Amino acid sequence: MAHFPKPAEGSWTEHYPGLGTGPVSYKDSYDPDYWQQEINAIFKKEWLCVGRVERLGRAGSYFTREFPWAKRSILVVKDRQGTVRAFYNVCRHRGNKLVWDDYPNEETSGVCRQLTCKYHGWRYDLDGSLAFIQQESEFFDVDKDSLGLVPVACDVWEGFIFVNLDPEPQQTLAEALAPLAEGLAGYPFGEMTQTYEVRSEVNSNWKLFIDAFVEFYHAPVLHQRQATAEESEKLASIGFEGLHYELFSPHSMVSSWGGMSPPKDPRMVKPIENLLRSGLFGPWDKPAAVNDNQDLPPLLNPSKHRAWGIDSFVLWPNFMILFWETGWYLTYTYWPLGPSSHLFESTLNFVPPENASQRAAQEFAFSTFKEYAFQDANTLEATQTMIESEVVDTFMLNDQEILCRHHHAAVREQVKAGGRPASYPWMPASANGD
Amino acid sequence: MMRDTSQLPAGFADLEPFANWALDTWRERYEKRLDSTMAEMQAFYDATMPRLAEILEYCDAFDLNDLPDDARNLLLLTFSLCEASFPVEAWRQPRVPDSGSADLEMVREPPL
Repeated sequence: MAHFPKPAEGSWTEHYPGLGTGPVSYKDSYDPDYWQQEINAIFKKEWLCVGRVERLGRAGSYFTREFPWAKRSILVVKDRQGTVRAFYNVCRHRGNKLVWDDYPNEETSGVCRQLTCKYHGWRYDLDGSLAFIQQESEFFDVDKDSLGLVPVACDVWEGFIFVNLDPEPQQTLAEALAPLAEGLAGYPFGEMTQTYEVRSEVNSNWKLFIDAFVEFYHAPVLHQRQATAEESEKLASIGFEGLHYELFSPHSMVSSWGGMSPPKDPRMVKPIENLLRSGLFGPWDKPAAVNDNQDLPPLLNPSKHRAWGIDSFVLWPNFMILFWETGWYLTYTYWPLGPSSHLFESTLNFVPPENASQRAAQEFAFSTFKEYAFQDANTLEATQTMIESEVVDTFMLNDQEILCRHHHAAVREQVKAGGRPASYPWMPASANGD
Repeated sequence: MMRDTSQLPAGFADLEPFANWALDTWRERYEKRLDSTMAEMQAFYDATMPRLAEILEYCDAFDLNDLPDDARNLLLLTFSLCEASFPVEAWRQPRVPDSGSADLEMVREPPL
């Protein structure tokens, strides 16, 4: 019996006719040719989030991002006007990587007046223009204006910096993120600057980790020992049902109940959670910035359920933001490294604590998150190796796994189209902009 | 005169044997957890948990951005307790079960 109402069609999945309900092939998650098509049709065409504006404190602040899947290094810098710009991290002289420290393949960050090449001292202004050539008179037919750093399309949404490797992006960032760009705008991201950032190389296709984080069907089982015995028994017998699922193809979201913050009965949680007033759902005491759920952006808590706990959004293609009712947010980013491996990055973002108790509550939320992430990540390797064995070629996805089905389908449509498709066969004409 | 080598505030002298859990970074705290026996973690947990409310009350009296060294050590101790709590309260072993080769690199963490 459903505890939460489903659409009139009887299921979330059938609400989107054309998405199908049958078993699904996972060949898209290990085939090397398909992986390369994903890189070309998706990762080299889409806006990709590379971090927050808070990382660029003042003019001349910069950081680099390595994109080995595209054989590119990206330099993100704040210029004198305060504009965030991105360039390929290549000196125009003889191709040396412009900004790096110690190890050329590692990312770095810092502050500078000009960008100076380590090799022969060519210097670039923060807007990318070439400012200085060592022994300029030794060169032939120099046109400095044509020798600026090669720009990368760069734009900012709500403080998140995005780049697009397509020299002529199909869409603006706001168009690419529609309707999430507007529907999530106004969330106090800028106040949640107390950040933990972790990364891990995971031996699975990038889509498998998205699969793991867009369904909570696994939670009562894989994570059952994280709860108290009584609570995990209850969770396992009930299973998981989402409050709401919605497709904004290629984006998507799932809304889930929470109710553990604070728990109705202290016996539901572990002793330390009661003392620190914190847990997987974050600190129990909301910061002032989000004290009142009335001010949430329109796309959050779509069912307006009183037990709402978390909304999890996939911002196509590889970025997720999770909004917790308790007043903080998580991000996940998945960078393909190969057909069977990816780099997973995550940030936990809180309003800066005012005292030691709040600081400890945040630390415990991070500690707890990490315990779950370890379980999730290792399970992925077990999945990757077995789908690659091809002993079984199609797999069962239930209604609570609609976002897994959707993400793979949206990848398929974009690979087929060679770029963002004009429409998706499962979306109503209005959503497809027809 | 004996030099005072205590690392924790006077009111928490009983926790002094566990002062080596006051570690600056998450990585150090996590590795100490992995390198500890369950008996060691249980002892740390048993000594610290009953004092946790007092510890937080004591530290809350200071400006978080200007903690005296001994209060800072005390707060770092609670961060280590966060790590040790999972083996003690849930896993009965130092590592997350079935976590195999999984590891996380801390790229940035809030300073204390």
